[in-house]
Amino acid sequence: MAEGKKTTILVERGKKLNKEGEKIMTSPEECEALRKAFSGPHGVEEKSMLEILGKCNPADLTTFRKKCPYIFSEDECGFEKWDSLHMKFFEKEFLRFQRAVIQWTMHPWERDALLVRKSLEEEPPLYNLLIELACTRTSDEFLGARKAFQCLYNESVEEFVAVRVEGFQRRLLVALVSTYRYEGKQVNEAVIKLECQKLGKAIKINENNEIEEDDEVLRILTTRSKHYLKTIHKRYEEAYGSNLEEDLDDIEILKDTVNCLCAPPIYFSEILDTAMSARPTEHEKEALTRVIVTRTDVDMKDIAEEFNRKYGAPLIERIEAAARGNYRDFLVTLVKRGLAN
Amino acid sequence: MATNSVTEDCEQLRKAFAGWGTNEGLIISILAHRSSAQIKLIRETYAQTYGEDLLKDLDKELSSDFERVVVLWALDPAERDAFLANEATKRWTSSNQVLVEIACTRTSHQLLLAKQAYHARFKRSLEEDVAHHTSGDFRKLLVPLVSTYRYEGEEVNMTLAKSEAKILHEKISEKAYNHEDVIRILSTRSKAQINATLNYYKNEFGNDINKDLKTDPKDEFLAILRATVKCLTRPEKYFEKVLRLAINKRGTDEGALTRVVTTRAEIDMKIIKEEYHKRNSVTLDHAIGKDTTGDYEKMLLALVGHGDA
Repeated sequence: MAEGKKTTILVERGKKLNKEGEKIMTSPEECEALRKAFSGPHGVEEKSMLEILGKCNPADLTTFRKKCPYIFSEDECGFEKWDSLHMKFFEKEFLRFQRAVIQWTMHPWERDALLVRKSLEEEPPLYNLLIELACTRTSDEFLGARKAFQCLYNESVEEFVAVRVEGFQRRLLVALVSTYRYEGKQVNEAVIKLECQKLGKAIKINENNEIEEDDEVLRILTTRSKHYLKTIHKRYEEAYGSNLEEDLDDIEILKDTVNCLCAPPIYFSEILDTAMSARPTEHEKEALTRVIVTRTDVDMKDIAEEFNRKYGAPLIERIEAAARGNYRDFLVTLVKRGLAN
Repeated sequence: MATNSVTEDCEQLRKAFAGWGTNEGLIISILAHRSSAQIKLIRETYAQTYGEDLLKDLDKELSSDFERVVVLWALDPAERDAFLANEATKRWTSSNQVLVEIACTRTSHQLLLAKQAYHARFKRSLEEDVAHHTSGDFRKLLVPLVSTYRYEGEEVNMTLAKSEAKILHEKISEKAYNHEDVIRILSTRSKAQINATLNYYKNEFGNDINKDLKTDPKDEFLAILRATVKCLTRPEKYFEKVLRLAINKRGTDEGALTRVVTTRAEIDMKIIKEEYHKRNSVTLDHAIGKDTTGDYEKMLLALVGHGDA
């Protein structure tokens, strides 16, 4: 009776036998799903693993290993060995959800303080991350991060940054992390007109190194309020026909500064796109978690709108295509929540 | 010292303004003997009770130096610093040390409160006004000084103290006083760290850094650098000097006198007085008494003795 049942089950599942005559429990579709579950690019598909791996008998696993030559390479030893690079990748991707949870649950001040530290401890340094932190947070949010930084590291952000950069980068980055900008909307139109002319003169006429030496460009970008800078950005485009960040395209840290101060949704949608592109670096990939976690309650609607406009696909759709499992579900939940705000 | 209730204080102040003339003595006897926290309460209660701002009434009723010292005293410390800093940017000259004084003698927290008060009152940041009204090397030093939120811990890294003392000595020897590392060290390091660095500087190179920064007495940037060092390391000596120069000056510099007395009365006036007596063989009270008169003098003396009794 039991024998007949087993055959029926085998027939019902349409299971085959492999070359060696061993029973295989998984279908080719399931094998492919499993391969995908292991391959990122962002996160791992835990559900597939749970459902399929549990069914696998040794023959299934051998088939699986042979079907994924870049995860398992056929070794001289006579078995399919886990590729060590892919092993590292796999470990990271398994932890991507964990890291998102940590970032989400962490106090924003601690989170930003850690990111500031990381930005200049990495090799090569991540100036755009530092600029993002200093320029897209409100004055009080970033001040909180500065206080947290002091608690965590027994030194100020200013000291930390100043000693790790020189020249123009120092002048810009130290000013950006030190300044405590006015957050109101009051602006003086006459002053804006004058300073717009100063910027135009400095940027349109000069070579890059001269723009870097121009005290007025630095002063305006590092001390004026965000509302003021957004207004000047508009006036500049009206006056000169091109926009500030285009004209500063050659000086990346200035371009990033302008983007982060004047149009964060544009900046964020760009780094989201890069994170989900074909070959991002690990740091570029991490931006996916960071942007969603830090902007969901701030300007997710604007970011999603800009993303859709610029890249022709809704943000959620791109995330669903690029991310897997719990990580994907977590990001999508946060984005949806941001859109509903 | 009288311990009136806040309501009584308000009534008395209101009475002081009533009728012809003003009862300056009454104003002094109340305000000079209240802490900034108590004065804040008085202002709030006064506004609730009479619908008017005490400061505006003081401004209406009083005049000249006496008015300035009373009004400055009645402001809360953050508002006071914001007001003085704003004034300093508008009247900025390269000999003006007020910005350095405020940026370097306040604690990080006090400076932050001043910047918040500045936003509220002037609808701009202190940084943007300082940057806008200064230029060249002065801007390169002053903007970082007013922007920084220094670490306030007492820990000192001796290896760093040595290396940074060497850097300072090197740049000063090369007369590169505006070098970005000089500015970096003075504007970002904690006060404890700077003290350690400058102690090492003196032990290793023989001179106080300020002596080495005195190569050209007419150089105003060097003067500001020296003031920066002094404010960061020995504020009581810095203030003693400001007071001494203000009093000895032909005609007295009431602006400086008022500023130092009102901003330090609740902080370190006792130490400043000791320093003054050490340096000048007369007490500060005596010097003020000789050099000023009337209600202005009375208010100054009351404030200078504020912490005593």
